[in-house]
Amino acid sequence: MTAAAPKTDRDDLARTSGPVIEAQGLGLTFQTADGPVHALTGVDLSIGKGDFVSFIGPSGCGKTTFLRVIADLEQPTEGTITVNGVSPREARLARAYGYVFQAAGLYPWRTIGANVRLPLEIMGYSKAEQAERVARVLGLVELAGFEKKFPWQLSGGMQQRASIARALAFDADILLMDEPFGALDEIVRDHLNEEVLRLWAKTRKTICFVTHSIPEAVYLSTKIVVMSPRPGRVTDVIESPLPRERPLEIRETPEFLEIAHRVREGLRAGHSYDV
Amino acid sequence: MTRILHHIAPVLAVVAAIVVLWYFAAVILNAPWVYDQAARAGETVGLAELIPATMAQERPVLPAPHQVAAELWDTTVEKKITSKRSLIYHGWITLSATLLGFVMGTVLGMLLAIGIVHNRAMDMSVMPWVIASQTIPILAIAPMIIVVLNSVGLSGLIPKATISTYLSFFPVVVGMTKGLRSPDALQLDLMTTYSASRAQIFWKLRFPSAMPYLFTSMKVAVAASLVGAIVGELPTGAVAGLGARLLAGSYYGQTIQIWSALFAAAFLAAGLVALIGLASRMVNARMGARA
Repeated sequence: MTAAAPKTDRDDLARTSGPVIEAQGLGLTFQTADGPVHALTGVDLSIGKGDFVSFIGPSGCGKTTFLRVIADLEQPTEGTITVNGVSPREARLARAYGYVFQAAGLYPWRTIGANVRLPLEIMGYSKAEQAERVARVLGLVELAGFEKKFPWQLSGGMQQRASIARALAFDADILLMDEPFGALDEIVRDHLNEEVLRLWAKTRKTICFVTHSIPEAVYLSTKIVVMSPRPGRVTDVIESPLPRERPLEIRETPEFLEIAHRVREGLRAGHSYDV
Repeated sequence: MTRILHHIAPVLAVVAAIVVLWYFAAVILNAPWVYDQAARAGETVGLAELIPATMAQERPVLPAPHQVAAELWDTTVEKKITSKRSLIYHGWITLSATLLGFVMGTVLGMLLAIGIVHNRAMDMSVMPWVIASQTIPILAIAPMIIVVLNSVGLSGLIPKATISTYLSFFPVVVGMTKGLRSPDALQLDLMTTYSASRAQIFWKLRFPSAMPYLFTSMKVAVAASLVGAIVGELPTGAVAGLGARLLAGSYYGQTIQIWSALFAAAFLAAGLVALIGLASRMVNARMGARA
């Protein structure tokens, strides 16, 4: 920890102040024209610092909603949730997290560099620091040299990498990723999964990752949260015994397949009534 | 070369068709006067005499294209631009009111749109008034504006520009409101995750998103602005400007003068719209639009 001396204070703080994200009896009901929709009910979950947590489940199970509650983009209707020990709103105002959406959502009139610079401009970083950080995070996602390109000049995978760089550009300890690779093909996805693991190891952030791919969830996570729909709830929380260092080949090992099997069983159990 | 030809050929074909139709109409519409003159003189006219006679009248019902072209040439190139008979002199008077009114209308329209998007009370109340304002015939309200502004000591450019503003702010309000609301939920959520202020969301997201809408409405606005300036010149007693040329022409039955003023107005409008198109293309290029 000598290299990141200024960070140790915050690390200690996080360790002493308990889990990064803690939900108790969390529920969210949307009032729609067709009556109430229970997007989330009775969610109890604790996410520790440095965890890589995947949320997996069929569509409508509330995994994205839960991520949006953490991000203060939706307001829970029951229960409590804290992010870094404070309310999601306070955490958002303190810029505690970076959010990667399903679509890259790059602003088309900004170059890749300017897109990554956007949060830095908003948060008031100095010009010199903006340039330094943009160069650094574009390097992290292997997009160095693409700074002056416009989004349409990049492939879908590269655009999504740029959007990850944008979320990494400022000092948020939490990275929320909502099916970031859902729209990409298998090959690009494998590559990006490896990259995400590498970034996670390098930046030591807490990552919440929404997916509906079982291999993706098992490959990436230290903790897998299995969810089921109608009403959206958590059916199983699996602590992964896999080591932090994970080559792609780990997906053929018996341990990996065992966890994948348990996830599949969890999904099936949650789903049994409407199959 | 052939590519240019591909672009120009259809345009030329349409222009040629219009000119042919126009000559045809001129012959038919101007013929009664020729027959009338001949009848009074106790002569008869054959087709060979009729056709040239319909195209060389001093006050034809419909002047022939070459008459209008000759008048345009005479009043733009041949006259000094300080002359009261120069169309360039009158065109500039109208253009200056148009431009001032257009700038004021665009600024007013943008301010109203910003208010509508950011303030709930304005959102609920302003748009009906904006639409109502455009249902009042401009011909009815223009003299009032002139009279009212005159009574507070404003005359000349400002009243005409005010009428231009009245017509040109409307498309800008409508287009700009739509444009400022065009960012999708994801783009807005992203700003929320950064805890961006409303001013930051405006300058970094809403305003750039609104650019294509703004330029489209500015094209409509500048044409409306020109109409406003011309209408504004009509009740001022025909002092100067294209509107004054139109009015004087109709007083004295100078149809050729009317048509050449109309064409001058049309060319002016086309030029203004083209200029905005050019500005739009330049902004688009800077904003990374595909070539």
